[in-house]
Amino acid sequence: MREAISETAGEPPASAAALEVGELDVAYRVRGVNRQVLRSLSFTIAAGESYGLVGESGCGKSTAALAAVRYLPRNGRVLGGSVSIAGRDLLAMHGEELRRTRASDVSMVYQDPGRALNPSIQVGRQVAEVYEIAGAKGGEARAQAEQMLRKVQIADPGSVMRRYPHQLSGGMQQRIVIAMALASNPALLILDEPTTGLDATVEAEVLDLVATLRQEFSSSVLFISHNLGVISKMCDRVGVLYAGKLVEEGDAETVFNDPHHPYTVGLLRCLPRGGQRKDHGRLDTIPGFLPVPGADLPGCVFAERCAFADDRCRTEPPPPVDVGGGHTSRCWYHEKAQSLPRDTPSELPEVASPVTAGRPVLRAGAVSKTYRQAGSDVHALAGVTLEILAGETLGLVGESGSGKTTFARCLLGITAPDEGSTLELDDQPLAATTGKRSGEQVRAIQIVFQNPDSALNRRHTVRRIIGRALTKLAGLKGDAREQRLQELTRSVKLAERFLSVRPSSLSGGLKQRVAIARAFAGNPKLVVCDEPTSALDVSVQATILNLLADLQRDQQVSYLFISHDLGVVRYLSDRIAVLYLGRLMEVAAAEVVFAAPHHPYTEALLSAVPTIEGGDRPRIKLEGDIPSAADPPSGCVFHTRCPRRLGAICDEQEPPLAEVEPGHLLRCHIPIDDLRTMQSGSQPAPA
Amino acid sequence: MSAIEAAAPTRSAASVQRHETLHVLARSKTFLAGATIVGFWVLCAIFQARFFQDPNALSVHQLASPSGSHWFGTDRNGRDTFARVIAGARDILEIAPAATLLGTVLGTALGLVMGYFRGIVDDVLGRLVDAVLSLPVVIVALLAIVSVGPSKQTTILVVGFVFTPLIARTVRSAVLSERELEYVSAAQLRNERAPYILFAEILPNVLQPVIVEFTVRLGYAVFTVATLSFLGFGIPPPSPDWGVQVADHYGFLSGGFAVWPVLFPSLAIASLVIGVSLLADGIAQGFDG
Repeated sequence: MREAISETAGEPPASAAALEVGELDVAYRVRGVNRQVLRSLSFTIAAGESYGLVGESGCGKSTAALAAVRYLPRNGRVLGGSVSIAGRDLLAMHGEELRRTRASDVSMVYQDPGRALNPSIQVGRQVAEVYEIAGAKGGEARAQAEQMLRKVQIADPGSVMRRYPHQLSGGMQQRIVIAMALASNPALLILDEPTTGLDATVEAEVLDLVATLRQEFSSSVLFISHNLGVISKMCDRVGVLYAGKLVEEGDAETVFNDPHHPYTVGLLRCLPRGGQRKDHGRLDTIPGFLPVPGADLPGCVFAERCAFADDRCRTEPPPPVDVGGGHTSRCWYHEKAQSLPRDTPSELPEVASPVTAGRPVLRAGAVSKTYRQAGSDVHALAGVTLEILAGETLGLVGESGSGKTTFARCLLGITAPDEGSTLELDDQPLAATTGKRSGEQVRAIQIVFQNPDSALNRRHTVRRIIGRALTKLAGLKGDAREQRLQELTRSVKLAERFLSVRPSSLSGGLKQRVAIARAFAGNPKLVVCDEPTSALDVSVQATILNLLADLQRDQQVSYLFISHDLGVVRYLSDRIAVLYLGRLMEVAAAEVVFAAPHHPYTEALLSAVPTIEGGDRPRIKLEGDIPSAADPPSGCVFHTRCPRRLGAICDEQEPPLAEVEPGHLLRCHIPIDDLRTMQSGSQPAPA
Repeated sequence: MSAIEAAAPTRSAASVQRHETLHVLARSKTFLAGATIVGFWVLCAIFQARFFQDPNALSVHQLASPSGSHWFGTDRNGRDTFARVIAGARDILEIAPAATLLGTVLGTALGLVMGYFRGIVDDVLGRLVDAVLSLPVVIVALLAIVSVGPSKQTTILVVGFVFTPLIARTVRSAVLSERELEYVSAAQLRNERAPYILFAEILPNVLQPVIVEFTVRLGYAVFTVATLSFLGFGIPPPSPDWGVQVADHYGFLSGGFAVWPVLFPSLAIASLVIGVSLLADGIAQGFDG
């Protein structure tokens, strides 16, 4: 296979780097003006090496990937520099030669596998097509495709090949895409946020798969991600990109453990790590904004947001300085980067008052939700009984499809739960739908949605969005409303000048502040936060988490915090509920959930999270995908995937949600002491 | 993209966006060509009485060929075809936009209701819409004329009525995707009434397809009004309407000696339809690009 390709593609020098990008300048032409997005970017990926590019959105990561295969959008222009793949200059190639190189030497895997596959062609056909392009005939191509699918650990390739993409889960789709990418046995595999839309458990499987295949195929990998944990797990070397410039580069381990650029330092501090919690202190943030593409940056690209910046930083671009062992940093003050002053005080101004525990704000009793779909019942929620206490954050975790959002929608009254479910707010029964609830109850439960782009009406100004909420929820008019509006925008740290603009001219973080202000308009008792930071960059995420923690401290509001990011959940939550197939598996104080003994499902979830300091801890693998809620497994619903299954009892009898220790509810047949013994060996590292 | 948004806003986003849309339109050749043609006819309609001959003035020459005194020749009654073609712009440029506007307003309201409520409301209204769509325009027009008599108003109502379901369908599909966005849930979660959600929250977000649909329909309206007039269901004679002129003279085509009173009004209809279509294309491109 490999030999055949190198014949058609000419003879590359044997020692050539898989990808060599030299002084690359790329600009996008927007309304007649070139806006530079990559600024003399240089990096090299050696044969067989895995190289990670990290940075926030808008830093030019994806542009770098597209430029590496010369596949920029129509308005993209290479202004200077060089790109060579396997020793051959890509920028000098034309037409057929370029096409051939792309077909045989490089493959790309994008973020959304659902869109990378053609929805109306069977997946087998699509995989076989790659072999046909390489010259294989019909039946032969199909056989090769089947073999490839086996390599990406698809259990039953024959039947999977006859299916259409929508009949496969996200993880399965991404495996198919990876199979297609590897089919040509490329010298370079480019993975652009390949696991971003996937669940932690699926992400872990896909990452494991990529790591295994990389050994087998000896491809070089360019791995692009905003997730530092993923990069640290997957890459040998890493480059930190900021405003189109590589600010730091080196061995992944060195860069993350001994960063020498203020941006890297700031980025790492934004992450809630090492079991950090809201009552210990606030997350650090990076002040300011990323420069606009095409901005004139004569000095250091990060100068505007850097606490060390002086006149030299603003006028003279720092050269890459070798700080030892091939680790370079573009900073005049790289030796003191790690002593970067914090943007937010690490200590809380006052000792946070402990949660006034005891009084439940909301009580959910046996909440079930059954959807009728194509004649069969889908049990999205099955008897969830839960209390949310005043002033506490209840974290809700679980894979997608576990019923997290359905539960939130039931609380809010967007979806009516089944008959027999009870909801109580402050001991008063809560009607099933918003329309039937009292004004008081409606304003008491509000939500911050995941995606601020769709949660804010793009045709309304910020003033109108927040003002309307004040009118409807707080019943305010005229001057009183205006005064409250000012207060509210101040409390979410939104500058007054933003009031007159529409959401489209705000950054993601600012939009989310508007959404938070709207939710707090009626002094709510409970705010549902449905993945409020998953659409945001880490530095912005930190500011939003800090804001939520501050608002909670000041207003004693309760949160139902839904997130797939366990580090984030841990930072903000007092208690955590683990949901699987619409059933609670474990409910306990956050620290109890994170420390063994925990439910085998929780254990698997925790071990799936890639962390920066993680090292090689044993990972508990979950077999297959989450079963369909239309046909949940008998007995314990988790038994089909449970790594610690006892035996027949798990298949036949559903364990009760029992209080195994004070305040620790667990739904498992395994006695707590046995769990403790089993899990003592594989203590998961903090997320 | 997000990096661009990250910049602190200096100008109102709305004004920037409006400015950009106008900018794109001003550079679009399609739009400019359409605007020129339509603008020409609008000017004709407005200033016809001031600058041109009376369209109903009679002369002794009947069915004359184009000449220095009668540029487009004369019709069967000896009226100047050029003056009548110019004057004919007036009625059609009143009726077609009015009818389209009526259809757009009704259709948008209907589409919003159908898309937002779905369920039984959508089913019932959807069947009614299908029923109206299955009626040929001519039959609707015939029924209307029989019951209330031919007039400009009747034509406006007939065309508006026929366009309503078409526009409703377009708006409905735009609303279907819009209602799934979370700002609608947020409105429901503060107990907003349905009319507020429909007209204050959703409508501003579906205005673009509504405007595009309006301009597209305007072209069809010109066409439909001319057809109805030709068939005698539209504007009654002696109006210098183009359709009426063609209807009055197509009998003289045989023998070929009176092509002019048919040719020039026909060209006028064609040019206005093309002009409006170009305008519509330009606007649609302006929104997309």
